[in-house]
Amino acid sequence: MEIGSVKRMIRIYSVVIVTVVAIMSCASDKGSDERVRVDADEVISDSNAVYGVQTAKQIFYSLPSPLETALILKRSGAVYNEEILNPVENLSRYNTNKSMALNLGIYSTDLSYASMFDQTQASIKYMSASKKVAEGLGILNAIDNSVIQRLEENVNNREVIMDIISETFLNTNSILEENDRVAVGAIILVGGWIEGLYIATSLIDDVHKADNELIERIIDQKLSLGTVINLLEQHKSNPDVKDVLTDIYALDKIYKNVQISVSEVESVLREGESVTTLRSKNVVSVSPDVFNDLKTKIKEIRTKYTM
Amino acid sequence: MKSLAYVAFVGILLAAIPFTGSAQCKNFAKKVCKLELAPYIHDGNYNAAILTEGEDAELFKTFYAGQEYRISICGSESLPPIEFQVLDVDRKLLYTNASRNYATSWDFKVESTQQLIVLVKVKSSENGSDDLASGCVAIMFGLKTD
Repeated sequence: MEIGSVKRMIRIYSVVIVTVVAIMSCASDKGSDERVRVDADEVISDSNAVYGVQTAKQIFYSLPSPLETALILKRSGAVYNEEILNPVENLSRYNTNKSMALNLGIYSTDLSYASMFDQTQASIKYMSASKKVAEGLGILNAIDNSVIQRLEENVNNREVIMDIISETFLNTNSILEENDRVAVGAIILVGGWIEGLYIATSLIDDVHKADNELIERIIDQKLSLGTVINLLEQHKSNPDVKDVLTDIYALDKIYKNVQISVSEVESVLREGESVTTLRSKNVVSVSPDVFNDLKTKIKEIRTKYTM
Repeated sequence: MKSLAYVAFVGILLAAIPFTGSAQCKNFAKKVCKLELAPYIHDGNYNAAILTEGEDAELFKTFYAGQEYRISICGSESLPPIEFQVLDVDRKLLYTNASRNYATSWDFKVESTQQLIVLVKVKSSENGSDDLASGCVAIMFGLKTD
């Protein structure tokens, strides 16, 4: 082959390789975006894309984190009961990506719940369990040994412990996002959310005698349920997400019998205060039968995920 | 051979761009944005993306009665000011930082549990440049613990 032909071939290959790599790069980026947002305006003209006249709207669905779930449970008058948590001895059962992701969420909520009630030994136990499941999922740097050590060093400082939990959860989420595994992150969040519901419903033996605020927060989860469904539907091409979505649809069917009517919201900032109050009045209602159906379904789903 | 090596090098660089952006965004959220939540405790969730000026994003979240929250929005220094609005589900405006000199955080509580929408808009710069700035924008939530 002549030198000129060789150079021409190199130029052609160069263009092809760079183009393919660039397309792969864009495709990878789009895949990552799709896990966290919906592009409502996908079809835009080239000129619009260049000049930014038309913008791509991105939508995030944010679920209560395990830490927020635990905080809400405590504020609602929940008590601590270690017997209802998922025993760490179950760890060896979790060998698939789906079971590890669900139980990372479950153990994270158990960890947050234990820490909220100053249960230091349980907190360390559930942090260690979370670390093992995270490692099983290939999230190696989210929780390192120094985290466990910092927990042990701050046993009497709930604020620091909560901050450590928050940091490990942020690490987990961001590492998954960085590695294009946002569907796994969604399953973790749903696992944690189901555990929060399981803890709350398990603490209510008799709906007639139970603390109203805790029941109200369980009813309120109807509002988060819509977010759970939207989040999972973004990733329903993932078989594990599709499985979880089936369980959530079954739960949604029962929640449809729970009534929440929301009044108009008014924003009020009193003089001299820095915190705005969003005033509104929700009217909620649930029959004892529907509540018991909810409790049974939540227990069934949670048992399926932990066993 | 040198040309092929050069092409491979360029290719690797191009392929790495999305991951680099994502990693920078993570570090930005952790090292800059999280600090703005203090003394509230960060809820642990990660909502961040690379946005270009003129783009907007929406976040749907349920806020619970009795809990006090801080919303903190922060963007890379390369970006123009970021406006954020809080809307109810009927898209009624409840708060905008545009009337507060683009303050980057807002503290609030809800009397009854509400699903709200946080709308974030990266303003277009006023210099009329064709080069649009891009950077990380993070939406973070803090929880009051006492």
